[in-house]
Amino acid sequence: MATNLQGHFTGTGLGAVRGEKRLFSGLDFRLAPGAALVLAGPNGSGKSSLLRLMAGFGRPSAGHFAWDGTEVARDAEAHRARLHYVGHQDGLKPALTVTETLRFWAALGGTPLTDPETALAPLGLAALAGTPCRFLSSGQRRRLALSRLSVRPAPLWLLDEPAVGLDTAALAALSALIRHHRKGGGSVVLSTHQGITLDDAQTLSLADFPWRRPDLPAADLDW
Amino acid sequence: MPSFAAIIRRDLRLAFRQGGDGAMAVMFFVLAALLFPFGIGPEPEILARVASGIVWVTALLAALLALDRMFLTDWEDGTLELIRLSPLRLELAVLAKCLSHWLVTGLPVLAATPVVALMLRLDPASLPMLMAGLLIGTPVLSLFGSIGAALTLGARRGGVLVSLLVLPLEIPALIFGVGAADAALDASAGSFDLQILGALLAFALPLCPLAAAAALRQALE
Repeated sequence: MATNLQGHFTGTGLGAVRGEKRLFSGLDFRLAPGAALVLAGPNGSGKSSLLRLMAGFGRPSAGHFAWDGTEVARDAEAHRARLHYVGHQDGLKPALTVTETLRFWAALGGTPLTDPETALAPLGLAALAGTPCRFLSSGQRRRLALSRLSVRPAPLWLLDEPAVGLDTAALAALSALIRHHRKGGGSVVLSTHQGITLDDAQTLSLADFPWRRPDLPAADLDW
Repeated sequence: MPSFAAIIRRDLRLAFRQGGDGAMAVMFFVLAALLFPFGIGPEPEILARVASGIVWVTALLAALLALDRMFLTDWEDGTLELIRLSPLRLELAVLAKCLSHWLVTGLPVLAATPVVALMLRLDPASLPMLMAGLLIGTPVLSLFGSIGAALTLGARRGGVLVSLLVLPLEIPALIFGVGAADAALDASAGSFDLQILGALLAFALPLCPLAAAAALRQALE
């Protein structure tokens, strides 16, 4: 793959609006190779929205993202090639087996999978390779979704609540995956870090915006 | 193009394994066409006169049957996000979904057409033209359908809405498809109608994926 495997991912003056509601504004972050960023904020504060914007689903209402100084929106295709996004939905088809699902993801990403074992083993799914997805538990479904991270290398991982439904063994495995990824110069953004061991992670707070403070009268919310 | 092929291969595998949409479309096609002899009576002359129209209308309805699911399941389970993030252009992904929709519903209907035509006492002379018309026309149905399927993502009762959106768009294909089959009877060969159908296909092939992909981007924001 022609993508440069390391880079600085930055966001400047980011703002987002959902419906009539302002989610956040004036957010800045800078993610160096090997860094981890945890989004902090209460439910509904826009953590998932920010992750989706980072992945290129829609544009922020203000500000922009850049990779090594080049605006991401200029070359959306290159940006898609350098990221892995694991959202709330696992993207599994009940009728396909674990291996078939993984093969589909790999082929969709343009790199046909030669050895599904290596992608399944880190998260302990190797024994389930031939199982149709409809027989998987929710934790196993989550693990399969996360095994997408091992299908092809990508410098930027965007993980939306990756720990949901994972047991301690899977959490340790995910922590190890992330550690390995960061050691190789990859960066990662997570919407929670509950249960995941992260060394020196940065935090981006989505909580303290004046329009979300209960002590301010509603009239101050104009924008 | 490994991503393009991957989408088609997976859709076909799902269709075979779940056995749903393709078999259902053909059974619907045959059964719906079978209702007409009961409704209008078994007189061969009357049936032969309306046979090509019946075949086209029922083929159109059969194509609509699975249309709302063209993107819906992928959208619901998050696969559409992965398709959007893949190196494949979203327009081409739509084209792949149209192709697999046609392979799963259009092609079986095409294969069942001679049987239904026989049942409806269609003049054998117009069968080749009817088949040729369907061969060009059913992909047009899938292509126009993709716009409706993409626009109704997230809408409640999307299935009905898709039909309401798509049916008016399919009228030209219907007119010229039936026209081609009927023209074969009075020896004018119907090639004019086939040419118009071909033009419709040439028009829909690049434009429908553009429109549907724009709607999908909107749905994924």
